[in-house]
Amino acid sequence: MEKFSTHTGTALPLRRSNVDTDQIIPAVYLKRVTKTGFEDGLFAAWRNDPDFVLNRPAFAGATILIPGPDFGTGSSREHAVWALQNYGFRVVIGSRFGDIFRGNSGKAGLLIAVVDQKIIEELWEFVEANPSSPITVDLAERRISADGFEASFEIDDYTRWRLLEGLDDIGLTLRQVDLIDEFETGRPSFKPKTLPAKVESPL
Amino acid sequence: MGKTLSEKVWQDHVVRSADSEPDLLYIDLHLVHEVTSPQAFDGLRQAGRPVRRPDLTLATEDHNTPTLNIDQPIADPVSRIQVDTLRANAAEFGVRIHSLGDVDQGVVHIIGPQLGLTQPGMTVVCGDSHTSTHGAFGALAFGIGTSEVEHVLATQTLPQARPKTMAVNINGEPPVGVTAKDVVLALITKVGTGGGQGYVVEYRGSTIESLSMEGRMTICNMSIEWGAKAGLIAPDRTTFDYLKGRPHAPQGEDWDAAVEYWTTLKTDPDATFDVEVDLDATELTPFVTWGTNPGQGVSLGGRVPDPEEFIAEADRTAAQKALEYMALQPGQAMRDIAVDTVFLGSCTNGRIEDLRIAAEVLRGRHIADSVRMLVVPGSARVRLQAESEGLDVIFKEAGAEWRAAGCSMCLGMNPDQLAPGERAASTSNRNFEGRQGKGGRTHLVSPPVAAATAVVGKLSAPADL
Ligand code: SF4
Repeated sequence: MEKFSTHTGTALPLRRSNVDTDQIIPAVYLKRVTKTGFEDGLFAAWRNDPDFVLNRPAFAGATILIPGPDFGTGSSREHAVWALQNYGFRVVIGSRFGDIFRGNSGKAGLLIAVVDQKIIEELWEFVEANPSSPITVDLAERRISADGFEASFEIDDYTRWRLLEGLDDIGLTLRQVDLIDEFETGRPSFKPKTLPAKVESPL
Repeated sequence: MGKTLSEKVWQDHVVRSADSEPDLLYIDLHLVHEVTSPQAFDGLRQAGRPVRRPDLTLATEDHNTPTLNIDQPIADPVSRIQVDTLRANAAEFGVRIHSLGDVDQGVVHIIGPQLGLTQPGMTVVCGDSHTSTHGAFGALAFGIGTSEVEHVLATQTLPQARPKTMAVNINGEPPVGVTAKDVVLALITKVGTGGGQGYVVEYRGSTIESLSMEGRMTICNMSIEWGAKAGLIAPDRTTFDYLKGRPHAPQGEDWDAAVEYWTTLKTDPDATFDVEVDLDATELTPFVTWGTNPGQGVSLGGRVPDPEEFIAEADRTAAQKALEYMALQPGQAMRDIAVDTVFLGSCTNGRIEDLRIAAEVLRGRHIADSVRMLVVPGSARVRLQAESEGLDVIFKEAGAEWRAAGCSMCLGMNPDQLAPGERAASTSNRNFEGRQGKGGRTHLVSPPVAAATAVVGKLSAPADL
């Protein structure tokens, strides 16, 4: 996972509440065998509408998503996070999130910044008035800033630390690699190995 | 104070333990199949990480594979992509794979034990909930999600919170015609599908001790159906005899060292479990399900229950809904229920002993005209073994279809599915709505009941023939 310190980009206001993970990416898009390529399924049900905010040229290239409350509720699919990342989002700023979605985001390196809904309303107005104005999200300082706009956001210390250090679950465990090495030296010799195969015809 | 079996196995695998953090457990064997692994391998690729221990990893194709024309390309494009992806990943990361057509291909939980790779005192994981099967050898074995698959591939470890412990004491000699499947179905009906939530369960008692390894695997397989994290059985002479001489079983001095260690793997007399449950096997009868979860079961000699009989509101509504889906009436005799399809197979009952028992029932008989019967060996080797014993001939002469190995109609990811409204007697483990095909209706049964049902056309036991 890449380290996350500060991110500057334009934002996309998504004035909808209760966007569950089925809406973020519908089940029919889950058949891929990679963690990439899910951008096509992002908000698929709304993408055909030319007026849908994601289709508006003014917001093209946005990397910060600002949805309404209760974003990412519902099914636990990790694909919802991948779809947002594959599309290019690095940060989601909102007032309330589904728990599992928030957990999955932290593991995958998508920053979830929690602010009061009042701030969201202000941000929406700011972004709609100045779509090309960059917004900076500073994780170390927990601050969101733009031209004439400042707010602080919430994130738990543990997730913040992991993002700053660029540590996913695997990265964290690999910090204990000495202990794993040591454990392996003590494993009894009678424990089975799959290689080399002891049957005639593994292909 | 003494330790339980599962606590001993756990303790022997702790790489790191810290206050208020999950233990980091070492994983001895990681089994991989095509459905839950692609994103895990992709994650490794993206992060530039190798598989830490390809020599403790084994892949096979089972969920999507066809059971007919296995020499031809897989017709369904999504299935084909998953299988091709696994093959490519195995080649790229150096993981041994048993592909369709290979003599050791088969349902992942059948081939581990068959190769002698599943041994007492090991930790075994797989991206599949029925990994609990391997607990029959006294291994701590449980299913994991795709992110965890990636974690194990990269680190050969898994952070895990210590589970609670439960003992299920099953004693007495079961009556003739009662198999391990009936024991576990009766148990789940007794404790409910959520009864094991949060526990690692040890099955013990005289009934368990006298079971074959096949029977023990059937019981441990269904641990997940009542919510248990894992189910295991203390290894004994039966376990050692089963393992001796298998391709990956220890040999020579290693064998002696292993047996010495394995012999210590039992619950100490002064150890205590968080919970204990008792079951008297002498009172059991062949058991079948009437509903849409494995806890909705009844004696074959019994009747479809009236939802009103259930005290808890939730059970009542569940029963109501299940009867509607299953198109059954309260009070209907189970033996009056006619089926269209009989499925003999799966990681619950697709081993050689299961096929032998069913073949014995079918010998010299013919299945009913109204019934189609699929016999799907759990692995290619089970299929070969059955053929060398002439079981395939018995099945074919009885009018059943003799298929190639795989998960098949256990979950209907390949073309082997029930049509909407079709009713099946199935030796698999899940009777959920649509599990065996959209709109399909499933009654879970033991292999002898499956065979007798195929002959009669209605739910039956061999004693009815
Ligand atoms: S046989 Fe059924 S339960 Fe077993 S692994 Fe295959 S699909 Fe899962």
